[in-house]
Amino acid sequence: MIDASLRQEMARQGVVTTTVQELYNWGRKNSVWPLQFGLACCAIEMIAASMARFDIARFGAEVFRPSPRQADLMIVAGTVTKKMAPQVVRLYNQMPEPKYIIAMGACAISGGPFRAGYNVLKGIDRYLPVDVHIPGCPPRPEALLEALMALQKKIDAQPLTGPDRPRHLDANAPGEYLVPECGEHDLVPSSNSQLWQPPVLVRGE
Amino acid sequence: METLEQLKARLETAIPNAKIEIVPNPSPVNQPSLLLDTESARAIAHFLRDDPQLRLDYCSNVTGVDWLKAGYLEAVYHLYSVALKHGPVILRMRTGNRADRVYLPSLTPVWRSCEFQEREVYDLYGIVFQGHPDLRRILMWDEFVDYPMRKDYVEPDDYEYDPTPHDDALEKARKHYPQAPAPLQTEAAQ
Repeated sequence: MIDASLRQEMARQGVVTTTVQELYNWGRKNSVWPLQFGLACCAIEMIAASMARFDIARFGAEVFRPSPRQADLMIVAGTVTKKMAPQVVRLYNQMPEPKYIIAMGACAISGGPFRAGYNVLKGIDRYLPVDVHIPGCPPRPEALLEALMALQKKIDAQPLTGPDRPRHLDANAPGEYLVPECGEHDLVPSSNSQLWQPPVLVRGE
Repeated sequence: METLEQLKARLETAIPNAKIEIVPNPSPVNQPSLLLDTESARAIAHFLRDDPQLRLDYCSNVTGVDWLKAGYLEAVYHLYSVALKHGPVILRMRTGNRADRVYLPSLTPVWRSCEFQEREVYDLYGIVFQGHPDLRRILMWDEFVDYPMRKDYVEPDDYEYDPTPHDDALEKARKHYPQAPAPLQTEAAQ
């Protein structure tokens, strides 16, 4: 790695230095194309974020793709019912790496007001590896932009080698996630145990 | 529009073997309804739709009721006339029991708007509408076997940690964490 002060000095003289990692991550983080789908009212806020007033294009994420094959980012915007969950996981599996997930709104992160219901998933992180959670019911477009910026920071900080490298550069990392089956009473299994475990309760004295 | 008693009398003359009962509704809305027998329900429905005085051409709502103690399921239809601007006329039909005699005649051949709503009643209450053109589950997935709106429905045991459990959730919390005294604390909170 080149010394930071030397780099600054060289930049002042008109010589730009960079690394492959920086260039690679700079390119990735500024063209995060979301998958165009919404599940409930959060999708309306997502649409608002893409329009002129909030203008998600400022962050290079305005190209909502109608096909998972062309998308980098899945914004899970809304209530994930148990009937819809297998389709959401399948869409994620169809996206090419590198891919990211923003869970938008109370329903997507925890089931929200429908948490106690028999037909709503208690958070999409039971089946998918979520990168950024946004609370809110629904979150404002600013919150989605904030989440996108958090994701960009996360992408920017990813080293391309070593144990913390992103999943698509790790041959042993899982490429596909388990698609739950619609069972007789509930989804089977009710969560992907490799990704998620219910919180452990420790009794306070 | 004529009163429900007049309507009942007219129906009984038009369809001689119909057994119709008026179900009173003592609540403030005071909307009594007609309880139909399953054999003549289709004929009565056709009469209500085609009679020039009534012309109940629009079925706005179909819903189900689970009478657990009485031991039957009930389908309720709300009818309006768009042409004559009156309504509602409320119809009820009851199944024989809640287990195997859950058949009712479908009124979808009379009012097309019943189609999805009868499917919904079938999905959530398990009433089988005979003569329905496409009786499948509509909200739950096809593999699902329960009827979630029945009062004895047992939902899947998927309780997870709840920071402020109360009512049913509190019962579930006690069941899943039997000895835990309140307040519960997570690992992160300590």
